[in-house]
Amino acid sequence: MGERVYLFKGFERFWHWTQAALILFLMLSGFEIHGSYTLFGFEKAVACHNFAAWSLVGLWIFALFWHLTTGEWRHYIPTTEKVLLVAKYYSSGIFRNEPHPFKPSALNKHNPLQRLTYLAVLLLVSPLLWITGWLYLFHGDWNAWGLADLPLAPVAIGHTIGAFLMLAFFVSHLYLVTTGPTMTSQIKAMITGWEEI
Amino acid sequence: MKFHRLVLAGRFCLLALTSLLMTSSPAIGDAKPLKLSTTADHSKYKELQREFSSAPEVTKACLACHTEAAGQIHRTKHWRWEYLNPVSGQKLGKKTILNNFCISVASNYSACTSCHIGYGWKDASFDFTSEENVDCLVCHDTTGIYKKPPGLAGNPVLKDTELPPGSGKIVKGIDIAKVAQKVGKSSRDTCGSCHFFGGGGDGVKHGDLDSSLAAPVRELDVHMDATGLDFTCASCHKTSSHDVAGSRYTPTAMDKEGVHIRGKEDKSNPATCVSCHDNAPHKKEARLNQHASKLACQTCHIPEFARGGVATKMQWDWSTAGERDAEGKQIVRKDEKGRIIYESRKGSFVLGENVKPEYLWFNGDVRYTLESDKIENADGIVRINSLGGRPDDGKSLIWPVKVFRGAQPYDPVNKILLKPHTAGNDDTGYWKNLVWDKAIATGMRDAGLPFSGQVGFVKTEMFWPITHMVAPKEKALGCGECHRDNGRLAGVTGVYLPGRDASKLVDTLGWGLVLLAAVGSLGHGLMRLLSRRKPQGGDMKNG
Repeated sequence: MGERVYLFKGFERFWHWTQAALILFLMLSGFEIHGSYTLFGFEKAVACHNFAAWSLVGLWIFALFWHLTTGEWRHYIPTTEKVLLVAKYYSSGIFRNEPHPFKPSALNKHNPLQRLTYLAVLLLVSPLLWITGWLYLFHGDWNAWGLADLPLAPVAIGHTIGAFLMLAFFVSHLYLVTTGPTMTSQIKAMITGWEEI
Repeated sequence: MKFHRLVLAGRFCLLALTSLLMTSSPAIGDAKPLKLSTTADHSKYKELQREFSSAPEVTKACLACHTEAAGQIHRTKHWRWEYLNPVSGQKLGKKTILNNFCISVASNYSACTSCHIGYGWKDASFDFTSEENVDCLVCHDTTGIYKKPPGLAGNPVLKDTELPPGSGKIVKGIDIAKVAQKVGKSSRDTCGSCHFFGGGGDGVKHGDLDSSLAAPVRELDVHMDATGLDFTCASCHKTSSHDVAGSRYTPTAMDKEGVHIRGKEDKSNPATCVSCHDNAPHKKEARLNQHASKLACQTCHIPEFARGGVATKMQWDWSTAGERDAEGKQIVRKDEKGRIIYESRKGSFVLGENVKPEYLWFNGDVRYTLESDKIENADGIVRINSLGGRPDDGKSLIWPVKVFRGAQPYDPVNKILLKPHTAGNDDTGYWKNLVWDKAIATGMRDAGLPFSGQVGFVKTEMFWPITHMVAPKEKALGCGECHRDNGRLAGVTGVYLPGRDASKLVDTLGWGLVLLAAVGSLGHGLMRLLSRRKPQGGDMKNG
């Protein structure tokens, strides 16, 4: 048994898993609305999608508050320190069973590549989804907002682009979870909060 | 128990009080029966308590009191069958236009004018200034016995008459004095006596107007629901000076005027949905109001037409007319439901019930192919009328339409549509003789048009915006009817429909990216798996 470090606090784990479930569900219903398949039926899919979207908004209000008040937001400050080393690890070292060049700690729980990736999701993918999503949600009020001349197509297509990026992130994320010290150590960490290093 | 009795007693008192308040007679003391729906009981008028030897005599009696009525009727389309479209400048009206049903009025007056709001229009010489020939009863009858059989130029039958002459069929004469004494407001039945039967039979023409609307259930028409709101036609088609609002020549495709309110000057069409419901009627779902900026109300709220059990004609091919059986007699063929699908005198029909409309952008601009218009694409499809409209003109909405398709005679030399003489018990009437060139020569002569002697057939389409048979809201179209591949709006461009539309490029790139992530992950994982089997040293503890 190696060293254990408490990385993910209770709220953070709750936030992560609730958000994961909501985003999964948003993708499932969203791609149906997009016309990729039939599952719930369009009308229900829209209702579910909207409900999940509002739930996510609620969750984010709490998460934002938590990140700001606890200072946890600092974990997303990008850094270039060791970034090449970490990249090199994932592209070659990992196949030679070399040790991970980054050791997480409660003060610094994301490796530099994670920091960059999560920040990119936060600053690029999320705003695209959120802005187009809000517009989509309030399509009924566009006239009142002076957006009568805004066509739906760019909003809808923008939202779709965001969804594809999120889905690609999700697929990679699912895989990278298995690249910890053991296949399951990272997922265990997100469940119990404790990570073996 | 006691409480229950108390409630019952209370209810009884309330009931008694209500009935006391509602019946006026006991309070007045005199139990004379009183009509509350009108201030004039026409059965009490001496002028109407007599024998009438002709229908115009009744009109004269009406006009003795209603001095302005005939003059008002004279100004309307119902009387003139003539209309100048102020936008296109086209001269329209039943008098001159062609359609792809019975084709044309010219030379067929006596049959067609059974639906004229007058008496005696049997040929082109009819006097349109005649007051006594205005037919008051056809709109104001409340008895249901008033009828104007075809072939009599709009006259009712007052004495038992053999119709058509020589047929052996006797049409009973009606008691026109009784009809006159019981006149009242127009009703679904009076309007329907013509408008339900346009095109020569029940439901034939419109698809959203047929005899099932005489006493419809709620599912068929939420407004006309006979045991509910019980609207008459005039509830929406608000009439002033006998001029009925609403028009198929200049329809209101998009009503920006909003609701009609007392005290506000309203020059807009009172028959639109918006004139009562306003432009944002969906209280719970603002999203649906946004839909209304692109869709006519009718598009979602009339899911199908011909829903009342009466079939409407969808196609009429005149080119197959003229068959005779082995004995040389005319043929009638019926489908398994007993509905006529072929007649020697008319050709073949396709009927439809519960028909899903077609959809198109419509801005209210209707152009007709007139009797003088040249047919340049005789191999293509001639549009009897075309509906204008574009997604981006700011005046168009997506409308449901019945598209009536057919084939009808045209002149390949003069390149115009032809007007045959169809009805008529004479030597040239097509329905009797089945000979096109003679019938057409008569028809075209009557219309004052040239005829080369040659007859061809051309395919035609006619467009009928659907606006009646509004279903209850719970029966309105669901989202998935349009928001999917090959949905109802499959052919309608100019809007982005989630579920139907997508950017091909974004989809290709997007799924490509997702696939790349998946394949990359799998590849990476596979390499880890393979490399793990052959440890090359390093810190096994972390492996």
